[in-house]
This record gives sequence, structure tokens and C-alpha cells, in this order.
Amino acid sequence: MVTLPSTDTTRREETARALAAQVTDPEMPMLTLEDLGVLRDVSSGDRGQILVTITPTYSGCPAMGAMRDDLLHALRDHGFDDVEIRVRLHPAWSSDWISARGRAALVEHGISVPGAAARHDGPVPLTLLPVPRALTCPRCDSVEVSLVSEFGSTACKAMYRCACCLEPFEHVKEI
Amino acid sequence: MSHVHDHDADHESVYAGLTGGDDSRWAFGTDFEDPLAGIDTTLPDGVDAAALSQYCLMLGDDALIYSHRLSQWASNAPDLEEDIALANVALDLLGQARLLLVRAAAADGDLVPALPEGSPVPDEDALAFFRDEAAFRNVRFVEPENGDFAVTMARLLVFSTFRLAVMQRLVGSHDTVLSAIAAKAVKELTYHRDYAGRWFLTLAQGTGESRRRLLAALTLVWPLYDELFRTHPVEALLAEQGVGVDPAAVADDVAVLLEQVFSVSGTDRPDVPAAGPVGTGMGRDGMHSEAMGPLLAEMQVVARAHPSGRW
Repeated sequence: MVTLPSTDTTRREETARALAAQVTDPEMPMLTLEDLGVLRDVSSGDRGQILVTITPTYSGCPAMGAMRDDLLHALRDHGFDDVEIRVRLHPAWSSDWISARGRAALVEHGISVPGAAARHDGPVPLTLLPVPRALTCPRCDSVEVSLVSEFGSTACKAMYRCACCLEPFEHVKEI
Repeated sequence: MSHVHDHDADHESVYAGLTGGDDSRWAFGTDFEDPLAGIDTTLPDGVDAAALSQYCLMLGDDALIYSHRLSQWASNAPDLEEDIALANVALDLLGQARLLLVRAAAADGDLVPALPEGSPVPDEDALAFFRDEAAFRNVRFVEPENGDFAVTMARLLVFSTFRLAVMQRLVGSHDTVLSAIAAKAVKELTYHRDYAGRWFLTLAQGTGESRRRLLAALTLVWPLYDELFRTHPVEALLAEQGVGVDPAAVADDVAVLLEQVFSVSGTDRPDVPAAGPVGTGMGRDGMHSEAMGPLLAEMQVVARAHPSGRW
């Protein structure tokens, strides 16, 4: 016998999905978790609980706890008392998952957006020169930018500076 | 979390919002959720739980101990950018360690040290902070003091090259959890290896002083190089079962990659004798160097002083 989800269940899921999709990233609040690509799925579990599936950006991302709490709060505040946050590790998060809307929001807030992430079929090649990225300064659009460090204020960002307006800016790394 | 969330209370205290009102969680951070929540941790057919668990400890302890060492650079690096870079590398490794220790505990709960009843310390923290030295399974390579920046970069280059080679192969593991952890680690370690490789080249081709220090650094870290590729019986067993990686199998890949860096930098692979065993064993056997005791003392002291997570 095939049991189709009742209309109620579908509607509940849709409401929960819409609520979860509005939760923002704790470190880059201009992005929703959906735009960041961290929010993977919202569905219903066996006992009627709402299952929210997220994928961490980096293994040690310290924002995961805050993301979980924010998702729980957002859903509980709207009457979803039984919520379970699940982690999905495979496939690993990629900066390619940041949506077009998310990219627009990053640019609007002065953060440079990632290019396409590298794909390797064989061994990962060593790169002894800085990764060439075609970036423009998010403030003045100059292409005269230079890498300060591949590591920045959060695990997902590199630091650049603009030789034209002299301002530093952050770049979300390709991964 | 089964408490009823009081939204208004959040505005009175940001901490309440973070902990959900459960103060006991504070001592060990605000993130008590299982990082493998909802993930199927069933063992693959024919895999011995105790062996898988020991294997996860080996990979997890390498990352944990090295993460702690690298974190000691925080506020001490030559400039702010390197401070942040090394902290980022340490954080990635800590994240890998956490997942691997959780996997170890899920495979074999018997190895998790017992804590007072009601202690909020999760399994991975119990493993990190309440095991004694002989229960750690990391290679000795990650234990020594950081030394100067050149020593740190030489060691990081070798370690990240080694770990990246292992993790690349581990992506093919029959254990889906290990495979997923490895796939993520590959992406992170690629950045670590490139970072260390660039500094290695910069120091080798920089000033006379930077080159002198780099060459000394290479000689200093090299005696523990061979141990990286020594196969422990647990590694051999799990490699045979398609779950783990025999480190001896990556020795050539690592040597070739390092040779690329040496060649560009105008340096040679050091010709120094390998460090002997400690008594009858090495790091994977729980036999560690003299740097390990003080490192663990520093890393574990706060957790051990407050095993119930309250003060």
C-alpha cells in the first residue's frame, strides 16, 4: 500500500521550509543558510517531527552550533515543537552551492564572491604560487587587488587589499 | 534539547539564547549537539568495531595534537596574518579531530573514559581531555615544540602533505562516515599544504638567515618522518578491509610531492637518521616523545579540573 503524505503534512513541511530558509548565517548575516547552501533539506520524520538537514561549510566551523540553535528557535517560535536538526557530511559543502541571490548579497556588503571550486579526479596538485583569481575590489571595482592571506576572519574567507582605494576586503574562498 | 524555549528571555541575556538556558553546558562550550547527528554510523559488514575505533583515534589524535600545537602560535606569529592563518589551520584540524573522535566513540563506546554521573562532557571531549598519554594514538611527528616559524612551516608542509595523501585515499573507504570526513578534509588540507609550501619556498629563497633557519628546520623535523609511514597492525587490518589506508602506501606520493617543493626551493631531502622507538613502540602504540606530557597537561588541565562542567 502506498501512503501519500497528507495535504496537512505537505503544508506543514512547506511552512517549516519557508521558516528555515529565512534563518541567516551567524557570521555572514547578509546570507540565509539557504543561500549559503548549508540548509540541505526540510522534511517530516516518522513521528511527525520536522527534520532539518544541514551540511557544515568547514569541519571546524564554530558557527554550526549557532546555526542549529537559530534553526530550532525559528521553528519553535512558530509552533514547531518537535524539531530535529541533522547533519549531512556527504557530499561535502562547496562554495559553488552559494546561490545567485547569496552572491548578490555578498557583493552588496563588500565581500568578494568565490569563483568555481577546483575539481580533482587524480591527486591534488601543489600550488606554490598564489591561486590566480580574477577579482575586482567590491568597493571601487578596481582590478588592482592583491592577496594578503588565504586565511581570514572566518574559515571560509581569504583577505585581499585594493591598490586603488587602499581598502582591505574579504573573499569567500573556493572550496 | 527538550526544553521549552523562552524567546523573551533571550533579550535579557545573550548567553541564555546561546545555551537554551542550560548553564551546565558552558564549561565545555555552547555546542553540545552531536556533530554526527542523524548520520548512519552503522559499521560496514565484516569490520571489527574495536579496530575501526582505534583507527579513528589514530587519525583523530594526529589532528587533535597538532591542532593544539599550532594553536600555541595564536598571538605569537610574526604578523597578524600568519597568526590568523595558523589559527585557521588549527581550527580545521580540530574540526576533523572532533568528527573522528565522535566516530571512534560511536564505533566502540568502551574506550571513552568514564566521567562522574551527570557530567555534560560529550564523548569526543572525554576522549580528548580524559585519556592518559599512553591511550593517545598519534604519531610522534605532531608532538614537538613549535620551534621558530621555519620549523613550524617545515613540519606543517610534511604533515599536511602526508595527511592529504592519506585522506585522498580514505575517500574510497567502505565506511561512509570516514569517507565523508576524508572528502571534507582533502579540501581543507589542500589549503594548508599550499600555505606551508609557499612559506617553505619563500624562506628558502629569502635572505641568508631565512634559508639557514629553514635548512636547520628541515633537519630538525626529519628524524620523525619515517614513523609517518610505519604501518600499525590496526592500519594494516583496516586497509585490507577497504576501510582504512596503509600509510606505507602513500610514502612514495608524499616523497614525490615534497621533492617538487625541495627542487623549486633549491633544498635537498635531509640525510639524517630516523628516531628510534620509545621502548618497544612508537606513537601509534601509545609510546610518545617527552614533549607529549607537557602538551597534554596544558591541553587537559581545565577540563580535568572541572569534570562535571561546573565551577
